[in-house]
Amino acid sequence: MNIEEKASKEPMIEFIDVHKWFGEFHVLQGIDLSVDRQERIVICGPSGSGKSTLIRCINRLEGHQRGRIVVDGIELTNNIKNIEKIRAEVGMVFQHFNLFPHLTIVENLSLGPIWVRRIPKKEAEETAMYYLEKVHIAEQARKYPGQLSGGQQQRVAIARSLCMNPKVMLFDEPTSALDPEMIKEVLDVMIELAQEGMTMIVVTHEMGFARSVAHRVLFMDFGKIVEGNTPEEFFKNPQHERTRLFLSQILH
Amino acid sequence: MKQAVPAGELKPPVTHIGIIGWTKTNLFDGVFNSILTLVTLFFLWKVVPPLFRWAFLDSAWHTTGQACREAAGACWSIISINYRFILFGFYPYEEQWRPLLAMLILFGLLFYSRNREHWKKSLAYAWIIGLFTMGLLMTGGILGLPPVESTQWGGLPLTLLLAVFGLTAAYPLGVMLALGRRSRMTGVKVLCVLYIELIRGVPLISLLFMSSIIFPLFLPEGVTFNKILRAQVAIILFTAAYIAEVIRGGLQGMARGQYEAAESMGLNYYQTMRLVILPQALKIVIPPTVSILISAFKDTSLVVIIALFDLLKTTQSVLSNPEWMGFSREAYVFVAILYFLGCFSMSNYSRRLEKELSKGD
Repeated sequence: MNIEEKASKEPMIEFIDVHKWFGEFHVLQGIDLSVDRQERIVICGPSGSGKSTLIRCINRLEGHQRGRIVVDGIELTNNIKNIEKIRAEVGMVFQHFNLFPHLTIVENLSLGPIWVRRIPKKEAEETAMYYLEKVHIAEQARKYPGQLSGGQQQRVAIARSLCMNPKVMLFDEPTSALDPEMIKEVLDVMIELAQEGMTMIVVTHEMGFARSVAHRVLFMDFGKIVEGNTPEEFFKNPQHERTRLFLSQILH
Repeated sequence: MKQAVPAGELKPPVTHIGIIGWTKTNLFDGVFNSILTLVTLFFLWKVVPPLFRWAFLDSAWHTTGQACREAAGACWSIISINYRFILFGFYPYEEQWRPLLAMLILFGLLFYSRNREHWKKSLAYAWIIGLFTMGLLMTGGILGLPPVESTQWGGLPLTLLLAVFGLTAAYPLGVMLALGRRSRMTGVKVLCVLYIELIRGVPLISLLFMSSIIFPLFLPEGVTFNKILRAQVAIILFTAAYIAEVIRGGLQGMARGQYEAAESMGLNYYQTMRLVILPQALKIVIPPTVSILISAFKDTSLVVIIALFDLLKTTQSVLSNPEWMGFSREAYVFVAILYFLGCFSMSNYSRRLEKELSKGD
C-alpha cells in the first residue's frame, strides 16, 4: 500500500471516546465517530443534545476533556500551531453567518487566503470572485454584509470557507436563522457542494436535505450518538424509541 | 351641498407651515414652553447687547495698558500687544518663526490626514518626516539655526507638543493594555489590571509631581532627564489607562461569533485582533475615546505646576506685568477660544471619522 492510498483510507475525522463538560454539565458523553474522506454526515437531535458542541470540537472552538480527536492525521491537543493548521483545513459555516461587517464581501473572502495561506492579494481576490460566482452572488462583491439578505449572507459565508480550499466543511445549523423563503437558496448551494465530493458534516433539521445528500444520518440525544444509519434506513426504520419520537415531532 | 376641493389644491393650514408654523411648534408649543421662550428672550435681551458693547463697541484694540484703563469696554490690546509672548513664551524673539512653521506643518498634516483616501503609506512617511522637521525647527543647532534649549520652549507649541505626542503615544499603549487586561495569560493580565487601577487611582497632578520631583531622586548623581519629556511621559501613562478601559468596553461589546469566525479560518491571535476585532471595537468606542482625548488635551495645562510655560502659564505671566494687571477677562477669553478651537476640531474630526467608517452599516 503506498502512502497516498494510505492517506485516502485513513479517516478524515476520528472521535475516540470523547467527553466534554461545561462546568458540571456532561455535554458529550463518550462520542465514537469516524468520518471518511468525501463522506457526508447529517447530525440531528433535540436542542441541548450536544450536536453543535460535537462539530465545534472538530476545529477546537471547544476543547474536549477526555478521549482523542484526530483530524486529517493530526491529533487535537493544546498545541496552538496544530490547531491553526487544522482550522485552515476545516471550513465552518455558522448559524448567524458571522461575516465581518467592516469588510466588503470580497474582502471577507480574501482575508483568510491572504493572511493564513499567504496568497498574493490579487490572486486571492480572483479566487474570491470564483467562489462568489459559484454561490451565485458575484454581483454583490463590493457591498458590505449589512447590505445583503440573510440567505445571501449565508451563501457568502459558505464561499468564504471554500476560499480556504478546505478538506472538510462543517455546517452548524446553517439555515436556522433564515427566513423560510431563503432556506432553499442556501440548501441548493450546499447540495452543489455535496455533488462535487466535499466532505461535509452538517448539523441541521432539514430532513429533505439529509435524505438527498447524506451518506449517514446521526441522531444525538443527551450527549450521545443514539443511532446512525443511511438516510433510507434512518427514516424508514428508526431503531430507538427516542429517535422515533424526535422524527415524529419534526416530520409532523 | 359642499363643493369638494380637489386634493392637489388643498394646502396645509397657514399655522402649520413657514415661519408661523415653525415658531408655533418650536417656541410656543403649550403654556410651559411659551413661558420658557419668553424668559429666555428676556435674558438674551439683558445679556447680549451689553456684552456686544463691551466686546466690540467700547473696546480698545491696539493701545497701551494705560489707554486701556480709560476705555469702558474690553481691552483686547493685552492680546494684540503681547500675543507673541502668549503664543511662544520665552522662545527667542527672532527665532519665533520656527515654532510657527512647526505648528503650520502640524496643522497641514492634520488637515491632510482628515481625508481617508489619503491614508496610505506615503502619509505615514509624511508624518515621520514632518515630526522630525518640527523637532529640528524647535531645537535647532544645525543648518545655521541657532540652538534653543527646551527650557525656553513655551506657549502654544508646548501645549500642542504635549497634546499631540501624548495622545498619539497613549492610544496604542491603551490598546495594548486593554488587550492585556483580557489576556488569558495570568501574568500579563495582573500587570495590566494593576497598572490601570493604580494610574486611575491617582490624579494627574500627583503623577506630574512624581515625575518632576520624586523620579529624579532615583537617578544617579548628575543624570537628568528633560523636564518636558518627564511631563510628557506622565501624561502618556495617565491617558493610556483611561483609553484602555474605554477600549476594553468596546472589546466586550464584540459578538463571540466574530472571534469564532476569524479563528475557525486559521487566523492567529494577533491577526484576529488586528484584522477583525480591533477595527470594529475601536470604531464603536470612538465617541468615548474622543472625550478622553479632549479632556487630556485640556489637562496638559496642569503642567504649570511643574513650572512649564504652556499656553495658560504664558498668559498668566502677561497678567502679572503691572501694565496689564487686571485685564484677566480678556486674556482668559482669548485662551479659552484657542482651547475651544482645539477641542472643537477634535470632536468634529471624530464625527467625520465615524461617518467614514460606518459606511458598511
